[in-house]
Amino acid sequence: MKLVFEKSVEGRRGLRIAKSDVPTSINLNKSLLRENDADLPELSELDVVRHFTKLSRRNFGVDTNFYPLGSCTMKYNPKVCERIAAYPGFAHLHPLLPQLRSGGMLTQGALEVVYEMDMLLREICGMSAFTMQPMAGAHGELTGIMMMAAYHQDKGNKKSIVLAPDSAHGTNPASAAIAGYTVRTVPSDENGLMSIDAMKEMLTDEVAGLMLTCPNTLGLFNPHVKEICDLIHSVDGLVYYDGANLNAIVGKVRPGDLGFDIVHVNLHKTFATPHGGGGPGAGPVGVVDRLVDYLPISTVIKRTDGTFALDYDKPKSIGYIAPFYGNFGIILRAYVYILMLGKEGLERVAENAVLNANYIKEKLKPYYDIEHGQLCKHECVFSATRQAKNGVHALDIAKGLIDAGFHPPTMYFPMIVKEALMIEPTECESKETMDGFIEAMIELAKQCETDPESLKAAPVTTPVGRLDETKAARELNIASV
Amino acid sequence: MMIDADAGYLESHEWAKKQDGNVFTVGLTAYAIEQLGDIVYMELPEAGTEVIAGEPFGVVESVKSASDMYAPISGTVVEANTDIPDNPDILKGDAYDAGWLIKIEASDPDEFEDLMDNAAYKKFLETEA
Repeated sequence: MKLVFEKSVEGRRGLRIAKSDVPTSINLNKSLLRENDADLPELSELDVVRHFTKLSRRNFGVDTNFYPLGSCTMKYNPKVCERIAAYPGFAHLHPLLPQLRSGGMLTQGALEVVYEMDMLLREICGMSAFTMQPMAGAHGELTGIMMMAAYHQDKGNKKSIVLAPDSAHGTNPASAAIAGYTVRTVPSDENGLMSIDAMKEMLTDEVAGLMLTCPNTLGLFNPHVKEICDLIHSVDGLVYYDGANLNAIVGKVRPGDLGFDIVHVNLHKTFATPHGGGGPGAGPVGVVDRLVDYLPISTVIKRTDGTFALDYDKPKSIGYIAPFYGNFGIILRAYVYILMLGKEGLERVAENAVLNANYIKEKLKPYYDIEHGQLCKHECVFSATRQAKNGVHALDIAKGLIDAGFHPPTMYFPMIVKEALMIEPTECESKETMDGFIEAMIELAKQCETDPESLKAAPVTTPVGRLDETKAARELNIASV
Repeated sequence: MMIDADAGYLESHEWAKKQDGNVFTVGLTAYAIEQLGDIVYMELPEAGTEVIAGEPFGVVESVKSASDMYAPISGTVVEANTDIPDNPDILKGDAYDAGWLIKIEASDPDEFEDLMDNAAYKKFLETEA
C-alpha cells in the first residue's frame, strides 16, 4: 500500500475555500512565518477517505477477531458504554469546571459518577475508600506503594524491603523500586504458587510489604493467601493486591476479606473499557481504614445536603498523583458496565472467564506441555518445549496463529515458564470461537511435526510479514524514515 | 561450547574464570545466551565499580525479557567489555572468551570455590531442561 504522500498529485485539492472579501493582515514577526509551503499531500476528499478506510480494514482488534492475550483481559467493550460516554453533558465538560465557584453545581452529574464508582469499587473489593486518579495499573501500583511508604513513615517504621514473587508482572518490582524500596523476589514452589516457606525466611522487620497477584500469572489462586497476609501483618507489613487478574474472582471473593490492605483495579481489564494500542487506562486504588488518610487529593465527597464536591482537606495525603480527576471518560464507561451487569452479572463474568480458560486448557493439553495443569482460573500457561525440540519456538507458533486469524497469546511470560504461551480467552467468547482457536492450535502443533520450517516464515497472510524484532531496539532512529 | 571446563558458575547462569592474580573474567553462559534470544540492550558497570557476589552488576535485555546479571565474585570492576553492548551477537559465537563482560579484581578470591564447577553446572542444566 502506498503512503498518503506517494499518492499526492500536484494541484489536486479536497475542497476550495471561497476567496476572502475581508482584507487580511498578518502581524506576526517574519521570523515566525514559513518561507515555503508545508509539505502536505495533495489529494481529493475521496482519495483521503479511501486511503484511511483501507488502513482501518487492516486494523486488528477485539471488534474484529479473538484476542486471547494472556494477562491483558482483552474482553469486548460494550458499545452502550461508548454511547453514554459520548453524551455531550459528559464529553464536553471542561476539567476546570468543578474548580469554579458555581462550577460544582454545573458538574454534579460527573462528580456523582466518580463518587458512586468509589462506592461500587469499595463493595466489589472490600476496601474502605478508593482514589480514582491513577491512569493505569502501574500508576496505581506506584500510588499504592507511596501510600505504603507514607504509612510506615507516619508510624516511624524503618522499612526498606518490598517482597514480590518471581511470577509477578514486571511492574511490581519496578513500582516498588521507583518508590525507593529494595525488591526481594520470592521463588515459586513446585505447584506454581509463591513459596510460603521461602517467604518466611525472607520475612524480617525490614519488610514494608508484599505485592501479590491473585490468581497469579499462571492463572492459579493461592489457597494460602490468608496465611500469607497474616504473616506479612505480623511484622507490620502491608499486603498489596495487584488487580490485574481480578476478572477471575470478581463478584466471588473480595481482596479485602482475604486480608489485603491496598488494591488496584484495572478498569480497562475487568470492567471492559477499551485498551490495547496504549490506552487510555484507569487504575483506581482502594485501601483499608488505616490507610484512608494517605489517599491522593482530591477525592469526591457527598455533602449532607446531597450535593457532591471535591475534597482537598487531607493533611496526610501523599498529594497529587495526576492532574484533575483521573481518566474520567474511562471511569464513566466502567461505571455503566458495572450498573449494566449488576451483582449477578459480575459473578457470571468470573464464572465464564474461568470456565472458558479451563475449556481451552483441557482441549490443548494433549498437544502442548503444561507444567501446572491443575484447575486454573481465568488463564492458562502452556509451554512450547515439545515443539522447540523441532526448532519451532513460542514466537513461531504465535506468528502462525496470526495467519489463522487469531491474535497471539502472551509469549515468554511469566518468566518461570520456558517457551511460555499464556492464553486468556475472557468470558466474552462463544464456544464456536474458542473451538476455532483450539483447532488452529492443534493444526500448528501438527505442523511443528510435519513441516517445522514453514512456521519460521509466518505470518504470510498479513500486509507485512515477519518483522525484525531487534532492529528498532538496536538501531533506534526515529528522525529519518 | 556450552560449558567451559575452567569456569565457576552461578545458578543464574553467570560464569567466572581466573585470569591472573586476583583478576577474574565474568560473563553469561552459552545456555543463558541461547535462552535469552536476540539481545537488544546491555548495561555494564564502569571500571572502579564495587560489586558483591550474588548482587546484580548489570542488566541484559532481549526480545523476550529484561534481567539482572549477578556477580559470581565480590570485588572491584577493572574493565568492562564495551564491544558487547554495541555488538551483542559476539556472545552467540563465543560466550566464554571474546564474550567476556567484565573483569573483577576479587576482594576474596576464595569465593570462587563457592561456585558450581563445570560438572555441577552441567547437572544443574539437566534439571533446568
